[in-house]
Amino acid sequence: MIGHMRILQVSLCIAVAMAGCQREERQLRLDPPVAAALDEIALMPNGISGAPPEVFFALGRPYETNAYNLSQGKRLYSWFGCKACHADGQGGAGPAFLDGWWNYGPEIVSIVASIRDGRPHGMPAFRDKMTTEQIWQLAGYVQTIGAYSVKTAAPGRNDDKHVRPAENRGPAALLFDEGPRPLHSDQGPRP
Amino acid sequence: MGFLTTVDHKIIARRYIITSFVFLALGGVLALLMRLQLAQPEARVLSPDRYNQIFTMHGANMMFLFAVPVMEAMGVYLVPLMVGTRNIAFPRLNAFSYWIFLAGGALLWIAFALDMAPDVGWFAYVPLSGPQYGAGKRADIWAQMITFTEIAALAVAVEIVVTVLKQRAPGMSLDRIPLFVWSMLVTSFVVIMAMPAIVFLSTSLILDRLVGTHFFNPAEGGDVLLWQHLFWFFGHPEVYIIFLPAVGMVSSIVETFARRPVFGYLAMVMALIATGMLAFGLWVHHMFATGLPRLSESFFTASSMAIAIPAGIQVFCWLATLWDGAPLFRTPLLFVIGFIVTFVIGGLTGVMAASVPFDTQVHDTYFVVAHFHYVLIGGAVFPLLGGIYYWFPKITGRMMSETLGKWAFWLIFVGFNLTFFPMHILGLAGMPRRIYTYQPDMPWYGLNMFVSISSLVLVAGFFVFFVDAIRSVRAGVSAAENPWDAPTLEWATASPPPSYNFAQIPVVNGLNPLWDQPACLMVASGLRTDRRELIVSTVAAANPQVPGGLTGKFDLAILGCSRDHRDADRVDLHAVGGRLGIRSSCSRIDRLVLAQGNARG
Amino acid sequence: MLALTAVLMLAGCTGWQSAIDVQGAAAISIKQLIFLFVAVCSVVWAMVMAVLIRALWRGREERGRPADLDPQTERRMTRAVIAATAVTVVIVTVFTTASFFTTRALSLASHDDLTIKVRGQQWWWSVEYLSPPERRLQTANEIHIPVGQNVRLQLEGADVIHSFWVPNLAGKQDLIPGRPNTLTIRAERPGVYRGQCAEFCGLQHAHMAFLVIAEEPAAFERWVNSQQQSATDPSDADVIAGQQVFLSRPCAACHAIRGTSATGTTGPDLTHVGGRKYIAAGLLETTRGSLAAWIADPQTLKPGNNMPMVPLSADELRSVSAYLASLK
Repeated sequence: MIGHMRILQVSLCIAVAMAGCQREERQLRLDPPVAAALDEIALMPNGISGAPPEVFFALGRPYETNAYNLSQGKRLYSWFGCKACHADGQGGAGPAFLDGWWNYGPEIVSIVASIRDGRPHGMPAFRDKMTTEQIWQLAGYVQTIGAYSVKTAAPGRNDDKHVRPAENRGPAALLFDEGPRPLHSDQGPRP
Repeated sequence: MGFLTTVDHKIIARRYIITSFVFLALGGVLALLMRLQLAQPEARVLSPDRYNQIFTMHGANMMFLFAVPVMEAMGVYLVPLMVGTRNIAFPRLNAFSYWIFLAGGALLWIAFALDMAPDVGWFAYVPLSGPQYGAGKRADIWAQMITFTEIAALAVAVEIVVTVLKQRAPGMSLDRIPLFVWSMLVTSFVVIMAMPAIVFLSTSLILDRLVGTHFFNPAEGGDVLLWQHLFWFFGHPEVYIIFLPAVGMVSSIVETFARRPVFGYLAMVMALIATGMLAFGLWVHHMFATGLPRLSESFFTASSMAIAIPAGIQVFCWLATLWDGAPLFRTPLLFVIGFIVTFVIGGLTGVMAASVPFDTQVHDTYFVVAHFHYVLIGGAVFPLLGGIYYWFPKITGRMMSETLGKWAFWLIFVGFNLTFFPMHILGLAGMPRRIYTYQPDMPWYGLNMFVSISSLVLVAGFFVFFVDAIRSVRAGVSAAENPWDAPTLEWATASPPPSYNFAQIPVVNGLNPLWDQPACLMVASGLRTDRRELIVSTVAAANPQVPGGLTGKFDLAILGCSRDHRDADRVDLHAVGGRLGIRSSCSRIDRLVLAQGNARG
Repeated sequence: MLALTAVLMLAGCTGWQSAIDVQGAAAISIKQLIFLFVAVCSVVWAMVMAVLIRALWRGREERGRPADLDPQTERRMTRAVIAATAVTVVIVTVFTTASFFTTRALSLASHDDLTIKVRGQQWWWSVEYLSPPERRLQTANEIHIPVGQNVRLQLEGADVIHSFWVPNLAGKQDLIPGRPNTLTIRAERPGVYRGQCAEFCGLQHAHMAFLVIAEEPAAFERWVNSQQQSATDPSDADVIAGQQVFLSRPCAACHAIRGTSATGTTGPDLTHVGGRKYIAAGLLETTRGSLAAWIADPQTLKPGNNMPMVPLSADELRSVSAYLASLK
């Protein structure tokens, strides 16, 4: 019994430690070969969904679960002008993220592909404007805005005007729109 | 379970002291790592991320986990003994405060081990620590650690205030309280008034970060500078929370080793109180570069400089005491001499930094780093180490080694000055604080290398101190009840004291009871011995007021006794008569109550 | 220790980022104040030490019991302590007054000849000349000022709090988001003065330096005119290739080069980057080699800064660094 408790405690500690490291680690410099490998995403033929490269899992899905990468993504969101079309997730000329509906599915690879290669109806390609690492960071952040269940490492509010609850409070969960409102009738999931 | 549930102030204080010194050693290791990184330009020993965590940890650890707790712990140990009572007031709260302090410390250090320690400085200025720029949980951990440790500090402060005001031995009127107790009383009031500001602050930061409030968001009507005002409204008194107990220790040590009472008792008490009050009027001198109106800055220059006056009075009184006394150069006094030498430098550079124009050049440079290490190490750690040498026999029943003590003192004193004095010059030569490295073309290389090497001497001194302390616990020479022939009540009981402190509560009729009544100490009798019963006394005159165990009937006697009053040969002095609960009969302690009646004691 | 102080003072306080080697109006009057304070305080410390040493090692007769005090000695010591306290009060008053008048002298500057907006960002300085209107221009990390003229700096924090500090010229002033500050500087002699961020601002607080270059008015005018020009069109083949790389790769998304299609505002304006003395906020002297090293691996040279590592071939790197170095 005591042995079991000991094992449980030790494994709990290790789990916490691992989680802590993954979540809080700050990888400031991405090795160029790793960056190149991250560029190799496998997409389904219709451009919706697919599989991230192996290295993404080997790194521990850093762009979905790491707080530093998510907050860097948030800075990129404003630096690269995403707000011009998507506002703070409410949408505008481009689709909203906060309503919980994803035209190309919620997987991070779809979002990476959308940013990197662009999409029909006005989404430009950022391939030549951002590095691979930046695209992944931004994709992770965009996924966070529209996440239905809040990510544990979601960023807090910005020092800006308050237009919606911050990402760590799950605005998409609050603002989830039951009815389908596809901007582009030829794309996206249907109920 | 007894280990967990004890409420004896001495056991809890011992734990507090040991834990704080462990944190001191850990914080010292962090300082060494920083010196290793800064010894050379563009060194790559630490990454900027790790360096930022380390300097934040060093500051937060030394302030919140070492300096404040260890000073309060010395108070928790000594105040009940010095005022002649059985335990601190609210003993369970006292135990609680230790455990919550430990939780705060563990939180910070476990986070550090997991590479998620706060990296925003011990002051955690917003917006850097705010939701937008403080990614991850790091600033939250800082804020939560603050909340834990400050609640612990508040709890202890309340206990000490009540103990000093209501549990003093009969006869210990306000003008007979030992100076260390006065300093702890003033400190505790400062804690009670300063800590709520930081608890509010850490809470509002967590709210901003996690719940999306806008205390510090300028776009929504919040204010970034609000943080600095509130932080320094706490942060400056914090310095005095650390410094005032040290001043009390200096007074205790000076009077014992100069072999005469401290000169100018009333002036000393007034200086303590003045320092405690002025402490709240000078927080803005940490903000002279923020662009506040010039006139108000000048007001804070005046008030910051004014605090040099009470500090000066205390130094002058100690010098007078040493002048007239017959100094015995034992280790505790050496540390006090080291304190005077270094603290005066720290105080004078403080006066310099209080001037607005001067401060705009030295603020946030190594000049300020040098200044506050002179004040905190010179002004607080030196007296603390002296205090450890002084009270070690009382706490453990064994003496520390004089030889090792002198080695420790000289290594620490020389190492400290060689390490920190050159930092004044580095600051004037333009080296800012909190930089993880500097470029090779800056003229700081030589002095930084010198400082890093000197810090090894300082560390060697602390190492000798720790070796001496650990060795002496087991193998030190056994200490008598009062090995230094000191005048205050903590020396009137066994070393180490029994759990009930005094077999009978002493009665005092002077400022230095063991010198005033050298052969015999008066004690009160009539207290129950089958349970923990103590005397609650009036605030000013310390007349017995109500029975402490709240047992209803309670009678007192004053008995003369031999010095070893545990085996006292009881002799009735004179009878006045009356129950303790009736105050009218005991207006003056000299004519105090005696009762035969149904004394159960 | 006083001798040590003097030696170290002399050794440590020359240099281009020093509060003692002063060349600006404000810094000169602060230096006088510093010397006054240090001199008085040294004397005070020496006197306290003299009394301490005398108190510890003076000859004395045996004392009686510890608690027995001699009333005459007590009276003498009371007088001494009161006198010492009175002296303290006098010194503190003198210091406060001196400090007050220095503050007044600093803040009573006359008219301003030039207004420059300085924005502190993680971890570089954006510099915009606002007025007079004929001198409007945009640059980064390097501020040129004419000697002997009052220059008004509008200080703004773009993200977190920074602090603007050129010790040779003036004391520091914070750049606080939501609370603009101003600081007036005036250089009395031409020279290159280094400044550095003095408020902890995150990962690269250590590498957030800038230069203030004080020039004779004629040289300053020449500099203004050259800065107001757009970047010259390249003629050399290597440089033309470099421009193509710059405009087609992520560089142009964050940096602006006037006269080209690069209009990014996230990073520093690079229109005349080759003419600045340092790149990356005081990190490296500007040479073609250092530009190439910086572009090749910014995260090793300045870990955590916001410039990403853009994968470039060796040829691309060579030509883009040639292009940037040519932007004088």
